[in-house]
Amino acid sequence: MSRHDTALYRKELYTPFNLVAGIILIIGCVITVLRFTKGLGTVTHLDDNYPWGIWIGFDLLAGVALAAGGYVTSSAVYIFGMKRYHSAVRPAILTGFLGYALVVFALNYDVGRPWRLPYPFIMQQGTTSLLFEVAACVALYLTVLFIEFTPAALEWLGLRRARNIVTKLTMLLTIFGVVLSTLHQSSLGALFLLAPSKLHPLWYSGYLPVFFFVSSIIAGLSMVIFESTLSHHYFADKMDKTHLEEKEGVALGFAKAASLVLAGYFAIKLIGIAVDNNWHWLATGYGLWFLAELLGFVALPSLLYAVGVREKNLTLIKWTSGMTVFGIILNRLNICLIAFNWHLPYAEKYFPHWMEIGISVFILTIGVLVFRFIVTRMPVLYEHPDYKDTHH
Amino acid sequence: MEFYTLQEFMTYTKGITYLLMAAILVGITGFWLFLTDRDEN
Amino acid sequence: MSISRRKFLGWIGAAGMGTALGTSAKAASNKAFTGYPDSMGVLHDTVLCVGCRTCEAACSKVNELPPPEKPFTDLSVLDTKRRTAVEAYTVVNKYEHAGKQGKPVFVKKQCNHCLEPACASACFVKAFAKSKEGAVTYDPSVCVGCRYCMVACPFNIPSYEYDSAFSPRVVKCTMCHPRILEGKVPGCVEACPKEALTFGKREDLLKIARERIQKYPDRYADHIYGEHEMGGTSWLYLSGTAFGNIGMREDLGVKPAPELTAGALGAVPIVVGLWPVLLTGIYAMSRRKEKIAAEEKEQAVAAAVAEIEAKADKKLADVRAKAEKDLAKAEKDKEAAVKREVQKALGEAAAKHEEKAKTETEEES
Ligand code: SF4
Ligand code: SF4
Ligand code: SF4
Repeated sequence: MSRHDTALYRKELYTPFNLVAGIILIIGCVITVLRFTKGLGTVTHLDDNYPWGIWIGFDLLAGVALAAGGYVTSSAVYIFGMKRYHSAVRPAILTGFLGYALVVFALNYDVGRPWRLPYPFIMQQGTTSLLFEVAACVALYLTVLFIEFTPAALEWLGLRRARNIVTKLTMLLTIFGVVLSTLHQSSLGALFLLAPSKLHPLWYSGYLPVFFFVSSIIAGLSMVIFESTLSHHYFADKMDKTHLEEKEGVALGFAKAASLVLAGYFAIKLIGIAVDNNWHWLATGYGLWFLAELLGFVALPSLLYAVGVREKNLTLIKWTSGMTVFGIILNRLNICLIAFNWHLPYAEKYFPHWMEIGISVFILTIGVLVFRFIVTRMPVLYEHPDYKDTHH
Repeated sequence: MEFYTLQEFMTYTKGITYLLMAAILVGITGFWLFLTDRDEN
Repeated sequence: MSISRRKFLGWIGAAGMGTALGTSAKAASNKAFTGYPDSMGVLHDTVLCVGCRTCEAACSKVNELPPPEKPFTDLSVLDTKRRTAVEAYTVVNKYEHAGKQGKPVFVKKQCNHCLEPACASACFVKAFAKSKEGAVTYDPSVCVGCRYCMVACPFNIPSYEYDSAFSPRVVKCTMCHPRILEGKVPGCVEACPKEALTFGKREDLLKIARERIQKYPDRYADHIYGEHEMGGTSWLYLSGTAFGNIGMREDLGVKPAPELTAGALGAVPIVVGLWPVLLTGIYAMSRRKEKIAAEEKEQAVAAAVAEIEAKADKKLADVRAKAEKDLAKAEKDKEAAVKREVQKALGEAAAKHEEKAKTETEEES
């Protein structure tokens, strides 16, 4: 790097975004030190009735759902043969990989003794626990995503041989990815099957695993749209012609799929109410909240997506994707926190400590920074010139 | 083997199922290769 | 058909594999698990309990817990509802006016030592186990601290040492398992001055409880709490009023905890077995479609090329024929033109000649 470049780089470093990110990172580090020296009690509002807070509700449950873009996109392109979405695969895999990596990172804050996280595999296997299933799948899937992402890194590093070996595995990895995702996305919902007496009947259902799996597809599709608009805003200069040309098609195609899956999700949610005869709960306070989620963040986005697709209105699609993502986060928070322990009086309910929120924001910021680092260097939003037309 | 609780029974049977699942994932990959080995193209 | 089966089938059916799993689950649920024979339990007769908190004090002593802020003799503590906590494995709560003639009722709360513990079903390192003596034990040496056990426990019993940074544990009543192994009775039972707690084989305790209900039907409600709740618990309760009035949930159902997740767990291997087949099938199909499309494209291209070639040939021939015709015509035209020119030239020449002759004759004359 020449002198001039360095100066330019320095100047680029002091953007408002970087300053805010820097402050968040510093605060995050301070809270991290507190967490690991003083214990969970100091930095969280967790208690014996609410052993799970936003680090599980948001970082784990919502995080995993929102990272579903990886398996959704790669299966659409490689398994269902929708080659026209090919340029969306790499960014989706990258977000997926970062998402899962951060979920695992966040878990280190939440569990009491993080250094024991491998214990379920190396010490004693609690095979009756859905959490065992989730842990195994997340660990394996993180590995799969990592391997799926390596071609971009290897191209960047110029390691052609290694890159070609990995791309040969694409099909196998994609199928593994879908199997593992089906399992752990649904198992996250199944975690709550064990607590019928604590979760409000409107949210508790024998279909919880199916609900979680189907909504993860919605989250994945919407995240791809959402994130591609953001990327387009900030990294347009990094995108190649194919990416820019395919972008619109990706948004339209994914919005159409999301609209359809949302409609199906709405239908099975209704069936869920009917199967347990929960209609009478709809007239209660929790019922209104449930309806707000179901109508406002499932039915409405389905409709808006449909209108957006019919009228080729990309702005509408963009906003709807944000709304859908918010709806999925809301659903996970409802199940894990808001409708959980619904028997408890209001005073005993959980509200996160500001430091819990701080860590969640801290982790999100790390994700954005790493994403930026990678897309500004590795061939993610564009195809590496040496490997054009080697679509695997 | 005798089980007194459902919990014990499930721990045992699910343990075996997990081992089988690992075997299935490896096995099916191999089997697919065997199946398509002689395909042209 | 029980709710469990219905729900279970519901979710499997939704995944489209009803038959495959229906049978295996039946095999599991048809097996009756009766629990360890001769395992121990405790019967808590709330009708006899006077709320003296002696059991709390004894529990604190045998488990070497730190002394509480207010001494155990301070009964004003009973005025607020409490739950089990890190420093109290058992608590006694007072329910004002819940008893006969509006008298208060006291209920001791601690781990119920479920026959099929939800905490054990939840734990992914098997830190919890139902012992053959009846106690549900906890092994802190493997616990990761995920706290799923606390989410799972329907009685809100386990508590977590949130203030420990390096070795936080889940804590709960142990049924004094170490003491039982030594042949002693649990600390709280030993200390109770009113015999509101009875330690013994669970089966004998059920008999005792039934006898009491039979003997004093006006004193006891006809319900032994824990006989069936969540598949049964080793700690049993008698009450003079509905258990709902004394803070004990009557909506927990009788299904043991592991059954709640059996359906979802049963679907896992089916997904592993069938998803790859399904996905590879779809992949093969889309590949085949692509191949056919490619072939069709090739054919179409070939046909188009042939057609264009034929057209081009015809055009060429036409052009050639036309050119020949044109040439012939042109030749004819040329000939005619030449002839015309010649004639014209001849004519002109003749005219000139005449004129010349004329002038010559004029000059001559
Ligand atoms: S009462 Fe709760 S902690 Fe005790 S054995 Fe049952 S599930 Fe476990
Ligand atoms: S907190 Fe410990 S005992 Fe409880 S489920 Fe997690 S690992 Fe098991
Ligand atoms: S059985 Fe032991 S640990 Fe449990 S409440 Fe009684 S004294 Fe405490």
